[in-house]
Amino acid sequence: MIKQRLIVQKIWFSLLKVAAWVNGLALAVIVYFILSRGWRAVSWGFLTQAPKDSMTAGGILPCIVGTIALCLMTILVALPIGVASAIYLNEYAGHGKFIRFIRLGINNLAGVPSIVFGLFGLAFFCIVLKMGVSIASGGLTLGIMTLPVIIGASEEALKSVPNTYREASLAMGATKWQTIRRVVLPTAFPGIITGSILGISRAAGETAPIMYTGAVFFTPDLPASILDEVMALPYHIYVLATAGTQIEATRHLQYGTALVLIVLIFGMNLSAIIMRSKMRKKLRI
Amino acid sequence: MQRHIKMHTKNLDFFYGDFQALHEISIDFIQHQVTALIGPSGCGKSTYLRCLNRMNDLISRIRIKGEAMLDTQDIYDPSVDVVTLRRRVGMVFQKPNPFPKSIFENIAYGLKVNGVKDKANITAIVEKSLKQAAIWDEVRDRLNESALGLSGGQQQRLCIARALAVGPEVLLMDEPASALDPIATQKIEELITELSSKLTIIIVTHNMQQAARVSDRTAFFYMGKLIEVNDTDTLFTKPKLKQTEDYITGRFG
Amino acid sequence: MLKRQVIDKGVHSGFLLIALFSITVLSLIVLFLFKEGIPIFEYVSIKDFVLGQYWYPTDDPADFGIFPLILGSVSVTLLSGIIAIPLGIMTAVYLAEIAPPKVAEIVKPIVELMASMPSVVIGFFGMVVVAPFIQQLFNIPVGLNMFNASLMLAFMSIPTICSLSEDAIFCVPAALKEASFALGATHFETIVKVIIPASLSGICTAVILGLSRAIGETMVVLMAAGGAAMIPGSIFDPVRPLPASIAAEMAEAPFGSEHYHALFAIGMVLFGFTFIFNLIADYISYKFRQVGEASL
Repeated sequence: MIKQRLIVQKIWFSLLKVAAWVNGLALAVIVYFILSRGWRAVSWGFLTQAPKDSMTAGGILPCIVGTIALCLMTILVALPIGVASAIYLNEYAGHGKFIRFIRLGINNLAGVPSIVFGLFGLAFFCIVLKMGVSIASGGLTLGIMTLPVIIGASEEALKSVPNTYREASLAMGATKWQTIRRVVLPTAFPGIITGSILGISRAAGETAPIMYTGAVFFTPDLPASILDEVMALPYHIYVLATAGTQIEATRHLQYGTALVLIVLIFGMNLSAIIMRSKMRKKLRI
Repeated sequence: MQRHIKMHTKNLDFFYGDFQALHEISIDFIQHQVTALIGPSGCGKSTYLRCLNRMNDLISRIRIKGEAMLDTQDIYDPSVDVVTLRRRVGMVFQKPNPFPKSIFENIAYGLKVNGVKDKANITAIVEKSLKQAAIWDEVRDRLNESALGLSGGQQQRLCIARALAVGPEVLLMDEPASALDPIATQKIEELITELSSKLTIIIVTHNMQQAARVSDRTAFFYMGKLIEVNDTDTLFTKPKLKQTEDYITGRFG
Repeated sequence: MLKRQVIDKGVHSGFLLIALFSITVLSLIVLFLFKEGIPIFEYVSIKDFVLGQYWYPTDDPADFGIFPLILGSVSVTLLSGIIAIPLGIMTAVYLAEIAPPKVAEIVKPIVELMASMPSVVIGFFGMVVVAPFIQQLFNIPVGLNMFNASLMLAFMSIPTICSLSEDAIFCVPAALKEASFALGATHFETIVKVIIPASLSGICTAVILGLSRAIGETMVVLMAAGGAAMIPGSIFDPVRPLPASIAAEMAEAPFGSEHYHALFAIGMVLFGFTFIFNLIADYISYKFRQVGEASL
């Protein structure tokens, strides 16, 4: 009887193992195609030149610059507000209805579809605040989208600071704010930075929020101010692949751009994780 | 001998919500003496200790009744600045909790948050505190290394030095040696005896032999009540109440 | 002394104000969606909008029935759920209970990398690789359809479902597992009869949030679902889910026109869906987490 149960277990465990590795397979397939069909397009010229001949040749430099500009704007918006919100939630707030209300708001903000952010960005930043299609509008839109991610990561980091550090600090006559500023935040710093980089890397890959608020198909110059419109990597892929007259002719460039984008994002993820483990070693957490 | 009462509580009651954790505790703490608080686990000694520097304020839904005085000042008076109180009444915790900073920065922390800016001054006080805590020789060459690299006993002495740096008049110690090995414990106990000539020390301990070794006076707590308080020698050799005697001789606890 | 207390109070209030920012933004989003979306209902009734079967916004007179769009969203989400939910939960169980640590160290990052793959790349992949493939494999006229989009959406939902479920399974106290083993149950039986029931609320939350992500996802459905605003008859029919409609048509809708307002109204509906999903997920996790902690 027990033998039968063990056989059932063995079968199921194999199935579970297969399920887990299906993910690996799927990821491998996608990466394989992007890599194999894209690497030929990527060259130094590809990365440093602007597009030429109605996009069938040249490079994607303006897209890279645009994506970086949008990411910087996103950090500018989301990091201070996100960390401050997390500090309030973890260090000051109680557990009552009011806090639940705030958390509900954050969770719901996290669940808003990216295109709805785009609509809001268009209606509010571009039109009402008259910023038009610009790095400012796009970055602000991406910023509010990334906010819940940063709040979540920062809260985790703050929670992991042992409470005994706070007690030791207060027992010496430090105020709460001094304790946060001098002990809690420095200790939580690795976690906050990692979470932020992961959040930004997500923002870098987003298309829908910037489609109508920041990104354009083509602009001849690199951006000079935050009120300028930009090209962006994810939007470039989308537009080349779906619109315009040269879809097939630019296919290799689409793959190339996709490759650059995922290398950028994976690179950011990797560096965040490495940074975190290095900083953690220093703090011996 | 001039016996100045540095801190005392009179009929102190303490409530967590509706639960009364302390019942009418009245103890006088005499200056430059070591007073030990003993009693079985959960009897309220740590709670009581944390009332003395208002660390219990950090917990919500607590209530205090009665009197708690530092010299002639009621420490629960609304006009009292808690931050200053905690400078005058320092605390060392059960598990050593140095900050993840360098040894120097750990000691300097208390000074910096209290507004001391002069670098030379800070360095001098850091050295003085580490000497007072009998750890200077062991760390003088590695002040800039992480405090987390020290052994448990060293970390605890570091925490004592850290507490001493801000110049407290009273030092509260919550089972300071319970997480340490016997040799480290001995060093801490020697330190306590030495420090008592300059400070008033109140120490919570579940180790009765430690209380007997180290303290001048001892208070026996049980179930949130103060059963007996007396000179240590007297309490341990001629306890007034049977309950005290039962605890001391190990009949319960 | 007073100055320090004033500063501390000021800092406290300052942080509170900043923490309210998220709620403020959420409210603004709702406000603007309504502000720009409600005007469409002067042109078409709510019932006709939601249940109308014809979406021809550029015709004259225009038809603003989003039922095919809603159906497109629902069908694509459900189909992706059928793929993603079992895969996600099974992967979670594998990672949390069965995988040896060295293997987990490889599989976990794989799932995390899946999560960080940008949606436009996944949509692009669906469009240029999967579409011709299934077109050939199943002998169908067009490879951009519900099936394609569901596959790609599943790829996106699995990491969400997996990591949240894994957290839930991980939180089941070891004591429960040990009790089951001590009674002679096999590991698998323990998983099925003790661990999964104990973490069910967390798994439900994970599934709901995963589906919520799928229904709100834009680029994948924009590029791989086909774009036909019609009620699907089979899984190989092209569809146009709600987000795709908004993204595709925003460029052509003149500012302030009825089409423009209609798109915002679609945004309202979409937001409504995800809002309800999130509310349910929040309710489940709040209600059941309390009970769990109190009894143990």
